[in-house]
Amino acid sequence: MTETAGPDKVATADQIGLSAREAAAPPPDTAPSRAAAQAGLPRDSASWARKVDRLEVGHRSGVRGTNVAGRRLTGPVQGFGKMWQKTYRMDAGSQITPEQAIATWRANFPEFWPKGNRFAGALTGINPGDVALLDLSIGGGVKLSTGVFVLYADAESFTLMTPQGHMFAGWITFSAEREGDTTTVQAQVLMRANDPLYEIAMTLGGHRKEDKFWAATLTALGRRLGLPDPKVETRSTCVDSKRQWRHSRNVWHNSMVRSVLQTISAPLVGLSRLARGMNSRTNG
Amino acid sequence: MNAPAITMDVRRIGETTAVVDIRGEVTAACEPVLMSAYEAAGGTATSRLVLNFGGLEYMNSGGIGMLVTLLVRANRQRQQLAAYGLSEHYREIFELTRLDEAITIYDNEESALHGVVR
Repeated sequence: MTETAGPDKVATADQIGLSAREAAAPPPDTAPSRAAAQAGLPRDSASWARKVDRLEVGHRSGVRGTNVAGRRLTGPVQGFGKMWQKTYRMDAGSQITPEQAIATWRANFPEFWPKGNRFAGALTGINPGDVALLDLSIGGGVKLSTGVFVLYADAESFTLMTPQGHMFAGWITFSAEREGDTTTVQAQVLMRANDPLYEIAMTLGGHRKEDKFWAATLTALGRRLGLPDPKVETRSTCVDSKRQWRHSRNVWHNSMVRSVLQTISAPLVGLSRLARGMNSRTNG
Repeated sequence: MNAPAITMDVRRIGETTAVVDIRGEVTAACEPVLMSAYEAAGGTATSRLVLNFGGLEYMNSGGIGMLVTLLVRANRQRQQLAAYGLSEHYREIFELTRLDEAITIYDNEESALHGVVR
């Protein structure tokens, strides 16, 4: 449920120059993979997040930061709605390698989001185990506050997983690969709407908005990589048309409902704090 | 997409159970291999499918996504999925992604077969 007015930052020639320098940098996790191999661990061990039961996150400026701390992660197994696989692909041309595309994406992920949406992640980019806080524009001046967890990240892909209360239960994998002479960049969502309310919202335009969101994100990435006219191809497949009614009670965690309530009650909470402060000064 | 570095051999245990021995790298690229193993192990008579991860060398998030797709297919056929042979590292990944809530994990083949063959 997002608006897609375009990226907050428009790519300039300088930015494209910067991305070329970033892109020339070595893949971010080559050394950990080597170290893992030397320690006798699988070479993917540095790419996966450590196991967590519930998310922990501190304050991040610029976002409300609610509906994330203490929540569990949810995959497609825990979701409610129909299961969808949605793929957004872009031809990044022959000059960019998959590693360069992913390095740029990981290092500058928030900058490619459409205007009106905030991604407050770690300052160091996208790394396994990071928790990012999101404020997503849902219209009417209301921001949906939720988050994502970096489940996996290597030189050619990274995956975000959603917490309880997010619009969908599942993960989004961002990857790049060489196909013949060109590099193809893609975002692939494997998801179920988290609860019945979200399932209705997704059916009534939510899927369309999400498609626009990721198409706008890929387009912004393409411009940053120096593509003059990025084209994004979208493909949606319903993997499972059954709804998982046993998970209908996920609605209790619904971040959209909670965000609306938090927005409405914010002035009252502020007044209450002010009154408490005045009382304590009077009594003191 | 690169050619998958994986083999999946199917063993039938009785009339209703099949074991798939997975060796190599589980990524999204090995979906055709997994699905043909599933077809070989499947059929209407098979109600229990056991995945042996003892030879697993590497798995990325695309591989986990592929296992979810397999799970959907198995559920559609009312088949149970079980797994064994996972190292501590891969067992933690199953728990992190909460895939262990749908694919029961056992310590070895005997308990996996015993666990599903009631």
